[in-house]
Amino acid sequence: MIQTIAFYMFAVLMIASAVMVITARNPVHSVLWLILAFFNAAGLMVLVGAEFIAMLLVIVYVGAVAVLFLFVVMMLDIDVAAMRAGFMKNAPLGLVIALILLAELVLGIGAYRVGAIELGTPMASDAPAMVESNTAAIGALLYSKYIFLFEIAGIILLVAMIGAIVLTHRPSKSKRGQQDIGKQNRRRPEEATVMKQPTVGEGVEL
Amino acid sequence: MIGIEHYIVVSTILFVLGVLGIFLNRKNIIIILMAIELILLAVNINMVAFSAFLGDLVGQVFAMFILTVAAAEAAIGLAILMVYFRGRGTIAVDDANRMKG
Repeated sequence: MIQTIAFYMFAVLMIASAVMVITARNPVHSVLWLILAFFNAAGLMVLVGAEFIAMLLVIVYVGAVAVLFLFVVMMLDIDVAAMRAGFMKNAPLGLVIALILLAELVLGIGAYRVGAIELGTPMASDAPAMVESNTAAIGALLYSKYIFLFEIAGIILLVAMIGAIVLTHRPSKSKRGQQDIGKQNRRRPEEATVMKQPTVGEGVEL
Repeated sequence: MIGIEHYIVVSTILFVLGVLGIFLNRKNIIIILMAIELILLAVNINMVAFSAFLGDLVGQVFAMFILTVAAAEAAIGLAILMVYFRGRGTIAVDDANRMKG
C-alpha cells in the first residue's frame, strides 16, 4: 500500500517537474526543476530495489550535471525573452509529433500487455544475486563480467574531460611574453654560440 | 501492486516530454540539452525497471553506462556551448549557420 502511494507520488512529481523543465521561462528555474525530476526518478528506482543506481543518479546528475548546467546558465548572459520567441510557433508541430510518438509507444505497451511480445522471462537462477545487497551484486557483476565495459566507460569520461578542457581553455595573454618550451628545447649550442678568435687589440664584430 | 507496466508508462511519458521539449524550445540550446537529459533519464528508468522485475542485474549495469555517457555528453555539449557563446555572443540555434552546412 505505502509502496503504491510512494510510486504515484514520485511519478506524478517527476512528470510535473519534467513539464516545468520544458516550459519554464527562466533557464535557471528549468535546471532546478530538472534537479527535482532527478530526485524523484531516484525515488522510483529505490522503490524497485535499485539503490545503487538511485544513489548514482543523485550523485552524478544532481551533484555534477545539474550543477554544470547551473554554472553555464549563470555564466552565459541569455536574453530570455528572445529565447521564448518561437515557443508558441513551434508548439503545434511539437505537440503533433509528441502525440504520434506517445501513440506508438502506447501501442507497444498494449502489444506487450496482450502477450504478443515476449520480452523476457524472470530469471529464477539469478535470484541469489538479489539476496545480497544491490550494490554488492552490481559490483560483483561489474568487476568480473563487464570489466572491459567499465574501463571503456572510464576512458569515455577521460576523453570528455580532456575534450571539455581543450574546448574551453584560452591561452593566457600575459604582458611579460610567453615562455615557449619547444623553442627552448629546439635550441642547439651550435646555433646559439659562435666561436671567434680575435686578434689582439682589434675586438670582435658580431 | 505496482507492476512493470506502471514504470513503462511513466518512462514513456517522460520520454515524450523530452521530445516535446526539444520541439518547444528550438531556440534555447540549454533547454534542448536538458530535454536530452530527460530522455536519457526515461531510458534509465526503463532499464532499471526491467532489470528489477526480471531479476537480471545486467540492466542496472547498463543503466550505469548510460549515466556515464550522459554525463560525458552534457560536459562536451556545454563546453561547445561556451565556445559558441564566446564567439557569437548569443546561443540562438536558428542562426547557427556559420559553417554553412
